[in-house]
Amino acid sequence: MNLTLTEILFFVLSAITIISGALVIFSRNPVYSVLYLIVTFFAIAGHYILLNAQFLAAVHVIVYAGAIMVLFLFVIMMLNLNETTEPKTALWSKFAAVIAGLTFLPLLVGALKTSEAVVMAQPQNSDIGLVKTLGQVLFTDYLVPFELSSVLFLSAMVGAVLLGKKSTEETN
Amino acid sequence: MSAIQIIPIEWYLTLSAILFGMGALGVMYRKNAIILLMCIEMMLNAVNLSLVAFSAHHSDPGAQVFVFFIMAVAAAEVAVGLAILIMLYRNTGTTDVEVLNRMNW
Repeated sequence: MNLTLTEILFFVLSAITIISGALVIFSRNPVYSVLYLIVTFFAIAGHYILLNAQFLAAVHVIVYAGAIMVLFLFVIMMLNLNETTEPKTALWSKFAAVIAGLTFLPLLVGALKTSEAVVMAQPQNSDIGLVKTLGQVLFTDYLVPFELSSVLFLSAMVGAVLLGKKSTEETN
Repeated sequence: MSAIQIIPIEWYLTLSAILFGMGALGVMYRKNAIILLMCIEMMLNAVNLSLVAFSAHHSDPGAQVFVFFIMAVAAAEVAVGLAILIMLYRNTGTTDVEVLNRMNW
């Protein structure tokens, strides 16, 4: 069996994604979980580059690895969570979770197995992932959702500040 | 040259399904609310990956715009969720979801 470079890259990236994703769940220390999740996100960004979605790969690294995970890390360090403060999961609960999780996988894989074989819809256009194409679509067809997401961000920002600040009784 | 011409889309969907299943497993397995949020992020990423694979397969930029919106919503969700968790920690001194069970029944 001859593997092309793309296939090798796909398998390596998939292995990194799955192994570091499993380590997120099974590492005891929350800080390690965050670091492994960052590795997972970088592997997914690699998948995006393989799929010719360069803009999304860049945004993914900036937003997820750059902003969201730093926020997680900051909160974990601020609350001083580590292995000793980590809540213990009961053994029966662990068994139940693993059984439920493992029954979920065959469901999805079985749904994929029974689906019809897909055919290429149209000749490939390799520059759909570029900023130019995405920007044109974003600011013509999806202009209203784009503006609505700015309102969402504003309300999320106000909500986060309001929730995060100390109540007035404490400060007085 | 995109990878979708070499790698069948079923492989991407299977990878996405495995990643989603691991996220769901993590939500059931862990008791720390912050790790639960991280597992939800993992599930969102699984969906994003399948959307990008579909987008490359159909040569349609619409799905990639959807992924962009999912990222925006995820960022807002994390900001508000972590603020709620900090407030909970300040009031109860824990992020253990077994302790935060007052709405259980």
